[in-house]
Amino acid sequence: MTKVFDSGNVACALAVKDVGVDFVAAYPITPQTSVVEKIASYIAEGEMDAKYLPVESEHSALSAVAAASAVGARVFTATSSQGLLYMHEILHYAAGGRLPIVMANVNRAINMPWCLYVDHQDAVSQRDTGWIQLFAASNQEIYDSVILAYKVAEEVQIPVMVNYDGFLVSHSSMPFETLEQDKIREFLPALNPPWRLHPQWGGTFGNVTPSEEYVPYRYALTEDIKKAGDVIVRCSKEYERLTGRWHGGHFETYRPEGAEYFLFSMGSMGKEMEIAVDLLREQGIAAAGLRLRIFSPFPEEELAALLPTGAKLLVFDRNLVYGSAGGALLQLAKAALFNRRDSLQVIGISLGLGGEDLPASVLVAKAREMMEVCK
Amino acid sequence: MNKKIVQPISRPVIGAGGLTGTWRTQRPVYDASLCNACLLCWLYCPEVAISKEDRTIDYTYCKGCGICAAECPKKAIYMEREESR
Amino acid sequence: MNIKELPEIEYIIPGTGACAGCPSTIGLRLVGKALGENAICLLTPSCAVASMGMTPKTCYSFPALNICFASAGASGGAISMALDPLYSKKRLEGEKPVVFAWVGDGGTYDIGFQGLSAAAERNDDFIFFCYNNEAYSNTGNQRSGATPQYVPTTTSPLGKEMLQKNVPLLMLEHRPPYVATASLAYPLDLYRKVEKAKSIKGFRYIEIHMPCCTSWKFPAAETIEVSRLAIRTGSWLLWEAENGKLSLNGVTAALAEGKRKPLPVEEYLKAQGRYAWLLKSPDKDYYIGNIENNIRRELEFMAGRAKL
Repeated sequence: MTKVFDSGNVACALAVKDVGVDFVAAYPITPQTSVVEKIASYIAEGEMDAKYLPVESEHSALSAVAAASAVGARVFTATSSQGLLYMHEILHYAAGGRLPIVMANVNRAINMPWCLYVDHQDAVSQRDTGWIQLFAASNQEIYDSVILAYKVAEEVQIPVMVNYDGFLVSHSSMPFETLEQDKIREFLPALNPPWRLHPQWGGTFGNVTPSEEYVPYRYALTEDIKKAGDVIVRCSKEYERLTGRWHGGHFETYRPEGAEYFLFSMGSMGKEMEIAVDLLREQGIAAAGLRLRIFSPFPEEELAALLPTGAKLLVFDRNLVYGSAGGALLQLAKAALFNRRDSLQVIGISLGLGGEDLPASVLVAKAREMMEVCK
Repeated sequence: MNKKIVQPISRPVIGAGGLTGTWRTQRPVYDASLCNACLLCWLYCPEVAISKEDRTIDYTYCKGCGICAAECPKKAIYMEREESR
Repeated sequence: MNIKELPEIEYIIPGTGACAGCPSTIGLRLVGKALGENAICLLTPSCAVASMGMTPKTCYSFPALNICFASAGASGGAISMALDPLYSKKRLEGEKPVVFAWVGDGGTYDIGFQGLSAAAERNDDFIFFCYNNEAYSNTGNQRSGATPQYVPTTTSPLGKEMLQKNVPLLMLEHRPPYVATASLAYPLDLYRKVEKAKSIKGFRYIEIHMPCCTSWKFPAAETIEVSRLAIRTGSWLLWEAENGKLSLNGVTAALAEGKRKPLPVEEYLKAQGRYAWLLKSPDKDYYIGNIENNIRRELEFMAGRAKL
């Protein structure tokens, strides 16, 4: 174990190096660039035994890692914002093809107009591509989530996207700890997929498929991604036993004891929310923080089970569902609680778009506005 | 790790496109006495339906395109309307 | 090498979904004989995919990945590159397979061109085959960047106004180690070129002219004859270039050197229903004059390029 003080992007690159990735293809985009620059330098300096393909677009980046994954290589790519959108077609391909790809998406607003700073519109708009989506909120959680992502992706044969906030996390230096090689090997065995694109295995991958053959593949993907939530939590517990590090299961809760108001968010906002909760508690309000770690599959049953009787869920979305009040988390939370916990009040807003600053004072003010509506 | 293959993998089989011989409206007929064994018919058959050894034609899959007859320098293959049989 | 000595291996298993007389399956058979069993193929949406059989069946004996339309350039190099650490880390053993892409002219000239260009520039280690039937034949004959001038398609109903691109030449100027054009009418030339490509490391591009009876409107039996007429009229040129040094081959070389006169292009045009309107037009002589001028210009240009 080494203690490091560096940026979120470096934490990501270090994890990619430490898990023994074989193949990386990437295209530069702000604020992802320092992840792939770092990986390219590890490979160039012989610290990492892998190949790096400097492709000409994100569509090609994901096309390349998908093909490399099909031959049985452990693969990685990273992107942000428009780059993620440009990958859209291949996101579906990778999930439908059950390729255990891991990708970092450094969250950034999307155009128009152009904006370089964080929000979650990029990831949220790719929700229905069949990927597992994790959201990390600190450099330690990025490092640990990348390792976890390979474990989960290779077990359930579904690609995993590790999201973290552009600049706020990607470019902020924080202390974090890495993991020894023997412990990583114990947690993450060598990749050995049941089929590979190779003459030894034979067969053609993804022919045109008649309806009756097509349907089972679709249902298998949605059933397996639903089950993946529990796999993520089980693997997180296994990782905790090995490292002592725990960032939460489906959620990270903060001061839930006796809470009436649950302030629900994801990404770095969820960490700032802890300060907001402290401030609200000082004001005599029974508030708790609820930070979502697994955006897809959205933990519907777990959310319904977690909230106590009479709880009020205040949802803070760093994205928009256009024309709707609030964003994706609000809709997902309402859908999760409808028919399960109909008595609970759920209310939400969208904020922090395009990197709009969200200090605890703003979060407190917004929480109090929503509390007024609840009454 | 004994995982099952969850990917859509297809395996090579004869007749993957069906019994394509039923598409035929004309059939190639081979006359061994004229053949000089140049093998152009074998080489050019899009369906691999002509044997290299003795030019036996696999009518289960031959689509009757007629390339074999058109390319045969000795006219050892001619095309015949299916109905005439 | 003569036809009798060609290897027995077959990439095609009888009973494909391809049209009767399909040039793509003939081409794949020839390519397979040169590449052998230890090969991995990359396919993009095209006739070659639509006709291969539906899940869980395939008429191809080689392993293949059906990738997205614009992806062949990136995925081809990736497969080859990703295999290297798998062999060096002993997770795979034996000889590394040859990687090839089998892509139509739409996937090469149009939607896949960006990825193809990048793969050539990076000198990624695989063979990119373009099987050029001069249109989107799979989707019912729409115009592509490879459709020749005056050819009517469903999306150029009055005949395409502009000339096709010269993608083999564009590939050559990316400076990869090997670029070649080929024709089904000269099968041993094609075989030799694929064998040559297989022996070279880096990016290799081979484009095969593929007269398509369905889109070009000629009897299925004439696939090879139309291929031959294309070469003999100079409508399709045979050449290859190793490390940028270009040489014209066979009939094309004879035409360029004046040792042989090209057949009148009308011989080629009248073999195809797609030019029927032009041959009936009162402006027929104007159109044929333009086509012949372009043939002369291309021959002169490539002959000049061969002198470099």
